[in-house]
Amino acid sequence: MQDIDLLVSQFQDKNERAFEKLYNMYSKSMQGVIFNIVKDNDIAEEVMQDVFIKAWHKADSYNAGKGRFFTWILNISRNAAIDKTRSKGFKNSGKNLNSDFFVDILQSPDNLDNSTDTIGIKKFVTKLGKACKEVIELLYFKGFTQKEASEELDIPLGTIKTRNRNCIQELRNDLL
Amino acid sequence: MDINTYINSGILELYVAGVLSDSENREVYKMMKQHPEVLNEVLSIEAALVKLTAHVSPKDTKAFTTLAPKLSQNDSKVVTLTKPKTNWLSYTGWAASVLLAGGLIWSMNQNKALENEITTVNTSKDFLEIQIEDTKNTLNETKQLVDILRSNSVKKIPLTGQTAYPEAYANVYWDKSDDKLYLDLQGLPEPPKGKVYQVWSLTLNPLTPTSLGTVDDFVSNNSKFFTFTNANESEAFGITLEPAGGSASPTLEQLYTLGTVASL
Repeated sequence: MQDIDLLVSQFQDKNERAFEKLYNMYSKSMQGVIFNIVKDNDIAEEVMQDVFIKAWHKADSYNAGKGRFFTWILNISRNAAIDKTRSKGFKNSGKNLNSDFFVDILQSPDNLDNSTDTIGIKKFVTKLGKACKEVIELLYFKGFTQKEASEELDIPLGTIKTRNRNCIQELRNDLL
Repeated sequence: MDINTYINSGILELYVAGVLSDSENREVYKMMKQHPEVLNEVLSIEAALVKLTAHVSPKDTKAFTTLAPKLSQNDSKVVTLTKPKTNWLSYTGWAASVLLAGGLIWSMNQNKALENEITTVNTSKDFLEIQIEDTKNTLNETKQLVDILRSNSVKKIPLTGQTAYPEAYANVYWDKSDDKLYLDLQGLPEPPKGKVYQVWSLTLNPLTPTSLGTVDDFVSNNSKFFTFTNANESEAFGITLEPAGGSASPTLEQLYTLGTVASL
């Protein structure tokens, strides 16, 4: 597991093999996060690729002391996706940006990923409590701060922290 | 601090979400370095989230090989740079053409104004040329007059006012060398309509008048200076007012001026 940190430092030295491994580890996740915002497969794919190209060119700006590589690229992805939804071309495309949560996307019949893994996740998500769905959506998919999430859900700041801990624990128990 | 309490606080989940402050991030980083169980917890949280988010994408990702060629080029940067450049160019283009059109209209107006000015200048030039011509003529006349006055062969005969018009006077300049007679009639009043002045050469013993001619352009001649020819051996000169066309012999009642030629 500590391989990740080594790969990240090699990536920062412009090692393309290391970057390929990071891409294989995180690209689908980023495409998922981006899709949750742009709601279009082709656009999500395009934005995700741009994100990784940008990450490669901006490798110097990543600082391990300030956070995880996953957190860094997750942040770039969300910002790129939000920028995309604000772009002229996107607005003119008449996309219906409904407020579906990641759980709705997972459960929608359009989701053609029918691997056993995904079927398992669908089952898990279905039984995941509303409170967990909301807090995970806001903190990881939408990039809300702890304070913004507490205001959005109208629950105390400290409750966000503990509720999130419990929800992620549940996630780990079922997915890992 | 108890490591388990630290882990159970939920700070690591927030660390992975990226919502902690810079100092909190540094603290977690330090804890991960010092305590393997903290690092493992973070990796586990991360793995669960990677798995969850990956399943949200309905579509598989493209292979890394489609991305690799774009890493060596600065593709994305070039694209973002060219777009505003084109915009800038087209805006500049439009601005330039507006300026050009404005400039054209301005210079057309300017041209029209200059043409008008040229016409005005030409007109006043013509006018000035006419004035110069007039002045030249006047100067020539004056020169001629001065020449006559200075000439040694010219004799001045003053004619004084007579009963018909006592205030009248005239001067005769007689150049015997070429029989020219110049009359300065400045001292005569304007003749009434239908009347003209007639100039007479006189011999005294016996009194014989000879007509030298009538002054037909008295009014229009500004200098009131007239030229006649006189080949007579005149002893005196007189000017009478006669009906237009002149008379065969002078009407003495209308004798305006008279003067005798002093001995030569």
